[in-house]
Amino acid sequence: MSDVLLDVADLKVHFPIPTGGLIGGRTRWLKAVDGVSFSVKRGETLGIVGESGCGKSTLGRAILRLIAPSAGRVLWLGQDLSGLSQEEMRRHRREMQIIFQDPLASLDPRMTVGDIIAEPLTALEPDLPKAEIKERVRSMMSKVGLLPEMINRYPHEFSGGQYQRIGVARAMIVRPALIVCDEPVSALDVSIQAQIVNLLMDLQAEFGLTLLFISHDLSVVRHISHRILVLYLGRVMELADRDSLYREARHPYTRALISAVPVPDPLIERSKRIEFLSGDLPSPIDPPSGCVFRTRCPHANDLCAAKVPDLEPVGTDHQVACHRWREIG
Amino acid sequence: MGSYALRRLIGVVPTLLVIITVAFFMIRVAPGGPFDIERTLPPEIEANIKAAYDLDKPLVVQYIKYLGGVLTGDFGPSYKYKDFTVAELIGAGFPVSLKLGASAMLIALVLGVTLGTVAALRQNSALDYAVMTVAMTGIALPNFVIAPLLALVFGIYLSLLPVAGWSDGGMADMVLPVTAMALPYIAYIARLTRGSMIEVLRSNFIRTARAKGLPEHRVVTKHALRAALLPVVSFLGPATAGIITGSVVIEQIFQVPGIGRYFVQGALNRDYTLVMGVVIFYATLIMVLNLVVDLLYAVLDPRVRYK
Repeated sequence: MSDVLLDVADLKVHFPIPTGGLIGGRTRWLKAVDGVSFSVKRGETLGIVGESGCGKSTLGRAILRLIAPSAGRVLWLGQDLSGLSQEEMRRHRREMQIIFQDPLASLDPRMTVGDIIAEPLTALEPDLPKAEIKERVRSMMSKVGLLPEMINRYPHEFSGGQYQRIGVARAMIVRPALIVCDEPVSALDVSIQAQIVNLLMDLQAEFGLTLLFISHDLSVVRHISHRILVLYLGRVMELADRDSLYREARHPYTRALISAVPVPDPLIERSKRIEFLSGDLPSPIDPPSGCVFRTRCPHANDLCAAKVPDLEPVGTDHQVACHRWREIG
Repeated sequence: MGSYALRRLIGVVPTLLVIITVAFFMIRVAPGGPFDIERTLPPEIEANIKAAYDLDKPLVVQYIKYLGGVLTGDFGPSYKYKDFTVAELIGAGFPVSLKLGASAMLIALVLGVTLGTVAALRQNSALDYAVMTVAMTGIALPNFVIAPLLALVFGIYLSLLPVAGWSDGGMADMVLPVTAMALPYIAYIARLTRGSMIEVLRSNFIRTARAKGLPEHRVVTKHALRAALLPVVSFLGPATAGIITGSVVIEQIFQVPGIGRYFVQGALNRDYTLVMGVVIFYATLIMVLNLVVDLLYAVLDPRVRYK
């Protein structure tokens, strides 16, 4: 398939946790991302959902090499990025950008908005004339819904939704093919969330953008994504196109997540059955053997403790990692 | 910001008045006078001298006369360095003190910030520990210990530099006093820079800068350092005061003819006008420099607005 933009294969990010005494302590590993594989086509939006601490953000940053992956490959248009030096990787930042969760903290408070948005251009295309850069910044500002007259203001003079518009403009200014959206709306009011999500969708339609949309909010993910990947303790539980995931989720974890989304109709909301999950997310330092979800799964049996389930196809463009999906129905 | 600066400058006046008043009466409280010498003078001559310098008048009258002089820029004659006015002595000493102090400050800033940044970038490495250990030692040792040690090692044992003195005020004369003055501040600024740099490097906007595709050196110099320098800038105010008071000791040890030495000699000789002149001069200097630091702060951090 030639239109695959990004191909992630068995990606792992393990952080060393020093334990024991001053010297000679045994190093344990926190497996934030543990063998994640997926691919994204040009122009599509892949939603990545999961609880806090499941490795969503780490995954997004590891793809962009803002965190060094421990193992696995990231193929960009067929080219392996994993072996590249920081300097070689830097050139690829033109093609892949990121929008962060905390919009204000992600902006340098000592720079004007114009300089913030222009910086990727000046860093990656140092030969561009100043006037042209300024022109592009202004047009990008109006594209994301900021008044170009605000170009000389500082970040703290803006409001919550505007911070993230600045973040979007900064990411878009180099016309990347891919934007990793790392919980871009989690810190925003609901009304502003919709504006930002719609802005991202408009930009996608106009520029053929590919988005990796990381979120814990299933309603938002459903709105924006074409396909959805469900992550739990750093592993893929289910990967499917949006409609089949919301219509016929196979994995017990996905079902529990979807059943917990409130429905804006009191009758349905009161009558619907929520599949509660017992217990907390286990520690990614000592994850459960076999299927990592088994400690909270109502259907778990001996096989689940013994063997790690593979991601297996259950339909067209629908894969699930569960030993018992057939029996659960 | 202009009106803010103006108001701060006007605010200097009452502060100065308080300082002048306190200093004026405090030095008079100290026992002895400018013309006490071991062999007592004949009473007529002493009375003559006192009358010439108005010392026979009541203290309050002297104080008012002195204030009037200060207002017109007249700091009076020195009692001990006859034929010189206080203004002339300060004018002669200040270029020397300024040369020492400014060099020490500049060296402390450049070296301190560089060392602190390097230590922060290599946090918890051997280099980091080495820099911080040396810095800790530099802070712990007072300059009146460092100065004689430097003179001993480089002046006497190695005979590389003059032990003391100010023959032509050239490089050789400056090295030891400037080093002794700068060392504690290099150490302090290095620690300050390292601490704030480590914190800044972890902040979100640094991650953004990397994601933008900036080369690492630009991430450090353009984004991290500017933020990390804020605590250093606010330290510059107290640091200047410290360098000035430190120079009093250092100039004495190395026999440098700067203001600091006049200050010490003036106090020992009860040279009232000289001491007062130096106090007023340094107080004004410190207040103005603190204002400059505050204004600089606003330049580095646009979120700070003075109204």
